[in-house]
Amino acid sequence: MNSTKKLQKSWFEPLAPSEKNSEVLAPQTGYWKDAWRRFKANKGALIGLVLIILLLLIAFIGPLLNGFDYSTQNLSISNQEHLSGHFLGTDSLGRDLWQRVWYGAKVSLLIAFIAAFLDVVIGVTFGGISGYFGGRVDSVMQRILEIMYSIPNIVVIILLMMYLEPGILPIAVALAFTGWVPMARVVRAQILKLKTQEYVLAARTMGASHFRILFKHLIPNVVGPIIIAVTFSIPSAIFFEAFLSFIGLGLRSPAASLGILVNDGYRTLQLFPYQLFWPALVLCIIMLSFNLIGDGLRDALDPKMKK
Amino acid sequence: MKPILEVSDLHVTFRSEHHEVKAIRGVDFTIHEGEVVAFVGESGSGKSVTFQSIMRLLPQPPANIDKGTILYNGRDITKISETEMQKIRGKEIAMIFQDPMTSLNPTIRVGKQIAESLMKHQKVTYQEAKDRAVELLKMVGIPSPSERVNQYPHQFSGGMRQRAMIAMALACSPKLLIADEPTTALDVTIQAQIIDLLKDLQTDTGSSIVFITHDLGVVAEIADRVAVMYAGKIVETGTLDEIFYNPRHPYTWGLLASMPRLDQTRDQDLASIPGSPPSLVNPPVGCPFTARCPYAMKICQEQMPETTKASDSHQVACWLQHPDSPKVENPIVSRR
Amino acid sequence: MVKYTLKRFGLMLLTLFIITTVTFFLVRMLPGTPLANEEKLPAEIREQILQQYGLKDPLYIQYFKFMGHLVQGDLGMSLSQNGRSVNELLSDRIGPSAIIGFQGILIGIVIGLLLGIAAALKRGTWVDSLASATAVFGVSIPNFVLAGLLSYWIGVKFGWLPPALWGGYEYTILPSLSLSVYVIAQVSRYIRTEMVEVLDQDYIRTAKAKGLAWRKIITGHALRNAMIPAVTVLGPLTVNILTGSLVVENIFGVPGIGNLFVESIMVNDYTTVLGTTIFYSILFLGVTFIVDVLYGVIDPRIRISGAKE
Repeated sequence: MNSTKKLQKSWFEPLAPSEKNSEVLAPQTGYWKDAWRRFKANKGALIGLVLIILLLLIAFIGPLLNGFDYSTQNLSISNQEHLSGHFLGTDSLGRDLWQRVWYGAKVSLLIAFIAAFLDVVIGVTFGGISGYFGGRVDSVMQRILEIMYSIPNIVVIILLMMYLEPGILPIAVALAFTGWVPMARVVRAQILKLKTQEYVLAARTMGASHFRILFKHLIPNVVGPIIIAVTFSIPSAIFFEAFLSFIGLGLRSPAASLGILVNDGYRTLQLFPYQLFWPALVLCIIMLSFNLIGDGLRDALDPKMKK
Repeated sequence: MKPILEVSDLHVTFRSEHHEVKAIRGVDFTIHEGEVVAFVGESGSGKSVTFQSIMRLLPQPPANIDKGTILYNGRDITKISETEMQKIRGKEIAMIFQDPMTSLNPTIRVGKQIAESLMKHQKVTYQEAKDRAVELLKMVGIPSPSERVNQYPHQFSGGMRQRAMIAMALACSPKLLIADEPTTALDVTIQAQIIDLLKDLQTDTGSSIVFITHDLGVVAEIADRVAVMYAGKIVETGTLDEIFYNPRHPYTWGLLASMPRLDQTRDQDLASIPGSPPSLVNPPVGCPFTARCPYAMKICQEQMPETTKASDSHQVACWLQHPDSPKVENPIVSRR
Repeated sequence: MVKYTLKRFGLMLLTLFIITTVTFFLVRMLPGTPLANEEKLPAEIREQILQQYGLKDPLYIQYFKFMGHLVQGDLGMSLSQNGRSVNELLSDRIGPSAIIGFQGILIGIVIGLLLGIAAALKRGTWVDSLASATAVFGVSIPNFVLAGLLSYWIGVKFGWLPPALWGGYEYTILPSLSLSVYVIAQVSRYIRTEMVEVLDQDYIRTAKAKGLAWRKIITGHALRNAMIPAVTVLGPLTVNILTGSLVVENIFGVPGIGNLFVESIMVNDYTTVLGTTIFYSILFLGVTFIVDVLYGVIDPRIRISGAKE
């Protein structure tokens, strides 16, 4: 074969190493930066994030927009769907639904956040100790986890609620009573995997205490999976809170939570469906947003799990 | 010798939303009846991709054959339908893979996995196919084959599984067997057994074998001809002797130098080729080996070298073959 | 395998024992008495009733008596429904619950499977998007909201199906649908993930290299292996159906066990609450146990070597 181009002699001079085109490597990115980039690329997760931010803003600013409050009854204006000033109408006791929905949303979210916080504290401690110490400690703690896991959580929550006075903290405690179990399983599995790694050995040879190794070296590396688990435990807590109110074991009127509002809405469903519709919509949006964010975080923080 | 597989100007690209990887960039070669051809190169050089795209095993998208012809017995198989292709796969061209642990379905009995191929291509009943599977297992040297045929892959050792894979591939007496790193995942002693088995079977059946590997030691054992691949191109091809005793491409020199030898003393360092292959997202315009080549010239970076003939069977794509280039000798003279 | 099964069975019994014991004491230590609603009762009749139900004995004696009866399958007498045993109540109520539960799970599994498989095979197409949307909506819309919407729109507004109560077959449809949505979501998501993973495996490539047709590879190799791990969702699904039945039965007025449970909570009928809890626990533990054993049976790696990886 003959080249069509005329080749010049000088082209056959050796190429100095400095003249060689070296490979341009993509800039190294950190774990979190990378995760954020993947999260942003996930449309569903972004929608979820925007929805939840909007919802929180409205939940705090919205109630300032009309002059009512969530608990004042006025029977002369009960069950009015369209009434000036009452954006979402009034309920059967003439209370402003707009106020009640946002108040209820805040209460539900508060319960969910407290429950999620307790899940993290208990789950991380339990899972961390179980995974880190291994051996006998682990096998006993594993049995406990297995038993906890095989009890239908709804039964436990109901029994606890029969025992506890309904209130924000008792409900959160009851939810956390079973809610920490998935968290503990996740953390234990991660710690088991991490504890054999070099940097743990290094820390140990340098005389770090178990407590220090566990909480300063290992747990920070499990933050990703913990955040994912929390994101999913929030909608689950919101669901159970509403569920409890619905079967009459949760908060009770005149207090408001999304569960109570949905329950109240059911009483008048045939005549005034809007009283069920609005709280149910807010409830669904909250659950949807957290589930979307959770899915996005799982894909972003744990690329291996994404397939 | 009659050619059975002729590939010319094959281009394969993997496209995703964000970028494309030009994995195969113009590959030509011919496999003749009854010969064993080894394809060697580092991982990512395109040797597996070449044959998986010939077999149409790569999911499309992302993979796509952009250009080129693949003649099997004179027929261009890039043009035939998927159903036609299914009649070639397993019957005419069979393939065995690197990892026998993952390449067998863990939930299906070994015998049934062998029988599947027979039932598809030879239209025999399950019972007949299973009897044949016992014979095949015996042929590849698996003891008590009539019991083994009813077992699951996890009950087989690694070497046994690879034997079962070979039995499965040979079930329909294919004319061409593509062995994609069949020994890489195995222990050294088992490796030798598998190579011997393949050699014996090749002698008995006379089928052609393509042997994909990065292990030159294995190549010396089995191959008639060798093709050296680098960054999606064949850089040198020749008979076994030509490649081992008269290599022309600096990359081949590097590969040979990095092969451990028995006559090497312990304080001699094992040579290695510094650097790593170029990214195929934006492949270099010139010779892809330039960045790692100790003899690189200005031209190498600018223009891809032509393929030149060192003999009828020996071809090299390197600017050092050009009359204007300085004379460079292979730094390690083969001492075999 | 036998050893593994026995071990799981032992653990199941232990768990059941713990649940029963804890539930017993929790329920007995509840504030208020079962007869609190009937304060006008003369003291001697009150005493007599408490005597009759064995509620005057010390707690530990009550516990041993209860456990003794439980071993024989006797859950005791209901406190709210005169003269009826908890066993009777449960067997009266199990029919409707079983019908809507089974239908819900069946609809859910069939649709979920189809959707999940289609999504995995047509990755990145509209089918896949539909499946992921269904999955996320399905887990985000609480069943009590969904039940209400179905009852109101299909039952009241359009009048296609009875919005509530219990009668012929048509009364089972809306409750079953309400229960099935979560199942569809879970099953489709799970099957999709498993299927995508399986399709990536080397042995699928081997099957293709043998010349098998794509359809045959899907049915003969991929589906089978994707379904094995999917069996494990049956446990969580049972819990969900159970939870769902509590509200769904309530909303649609289905005379099932879920309804019985909620009613018993309202009227402090401790023995029925206790009995229903035990019933639910047995149900759930039983399903978990069966799933565990089934998993071993259908996966030859476990069936033959006898251990999970």
